[in-house]
Amino acid sequence: MDNKEALLKYTLRLGDNALVLAQRLVELVAHGPELEEEMANANFALDYLGQARLFYMYAGELEGKGRKEDDFAFMRGEREFSSFLLVEQPNGHFGDTIARSVLFSEFYLLQLEALRACADARLAEIAARAEKEIRYHVRHDAQWLVRLGDGTDESHSKAQASIDSLWRFTGELFAGDEVDAVIRDEFGGPDLDVLLARWRGRIAAVLDEATLSMPDDCWMDKGGRTGRHTEHFGPLIAEMQYMQRSYPGLAW
Amino acid sequence: MREEEEIWRWLAEVPDPEIPVVSVVDLGMVRDVRVSPGGVTVDVSPTYSGCPATEVIEDSILAKLKDHGLKGVNVRRVLSPPWTTDWISDSGRDKLRDYGIAPPVGAAGKRELLGKPSVRCPRCGAEETIRVSEFGSTACKASYKCGECLEPFEYFKCI
Repeated sequence: MDNKEALLKYTLRLGDNALVLAQRLVELVAHGPELEEEMANANFALDYLGQARLFYMYAGELEGKGRKEDDFAFMRGEREFSSFLLVEQPNGHFGDTIARSVLFSEFYLLQLEALRACADARLAEIAARAEKEIRYHVRHDAQWLVRLGDGTDESHSKAQASIDSLWRFTGELFAGDEVDAVIRDEFGGPDLDVLLARWRGRIAAVLDEATLSMPDDCWMDKGGRTGRHTEHFGPLIAEMQYMQRSYPGLAW
Repeated sequence: MREEEEIWRWLAEVPDPEIPVVSVVDLGMVRDVRVSPGGVTVDVSPTYSGCPATEVIEDSILAKLKDHGLKGVNVRRVLSPPWTTDWISDSGRDKLRDYGIAPPVGAAGKRELLGKPSVRCPRCGAEETIRVSEFGSTACKASYKCGECLEPFEYFKCI
């Protein structure tokens, strides 16, 4: 795989993760457990959406075929999305939403920190912009997990069940392929083994403070990078893409 | 050179759509103005990746310069270095305070971001304030309440 192809794929993956999680968080608008969380998660969704746009704009330039951000977001099929299975998992109850956010945002922050120093100037500057925003998310998400885990017996057992059930989607975050290897070797991007060690350390610390236990090693699901998604993905993009599919080229 | 100074003065009249008492220059969003024989280039840094005001601001800048008869205006979106609240001017901070929004406290280092800032009430100046919510009406603001005068107010987060 040549460098340019790897860079394009990697940039699309970053955009896809941000877009899919934005869509999930947007579902909470008017359904948040309380007003403060309504605002927080809507603002986070906006951050992710903005970041997805930056990644897609860059991907369009790299590809050079005239595709724009909306084409990537709204006119691709399920199998063309390379986002992680973790981010498409349903919101469930609030503990599920927070557990998903903690597991992903701690990874994403480490990924962005590493990308800030990568050799591709454009990716580095988007990462620098996004990292400032995600740092806020990480703090918020961890605080909530602590509140739920170290709360009542019921919130504790629900939070533990959320972490346990999402755990099988975390393996793929670190199961790099050829694209990740090119980004690491040719562009000085993230080394996923290093990220995994740091992520486990941070997750262990948050879980410990939340009086929750770290799940045992288990079978890990994967497929996001190659577009093989879970059953939750189809309905998600069907709703997200409805307007552009029904009225192609629609503009505000 | 004189032309560029004049353009800066005009841009200082372009309000932020969400907090209209401050201009895009007060907020430090305008990074550079360059005049060349081909036209005028204005560099603008968005505050947040997903700030919905970014396009409105770029359009307002174009409209303002067009009103003054400038042709060939190009607004360039610049991400690097990322915008920080450190770029908000002193007069911008005063205007925010007069408007009832507490300006960001300290520099946008990691410590300030993760620590708890001591935010003064923009109305009565009291030091004793309570953070009600980390998120306010927009991504860039948090909600506070004054412990003295009990008035709610917004705090422009340090980022």
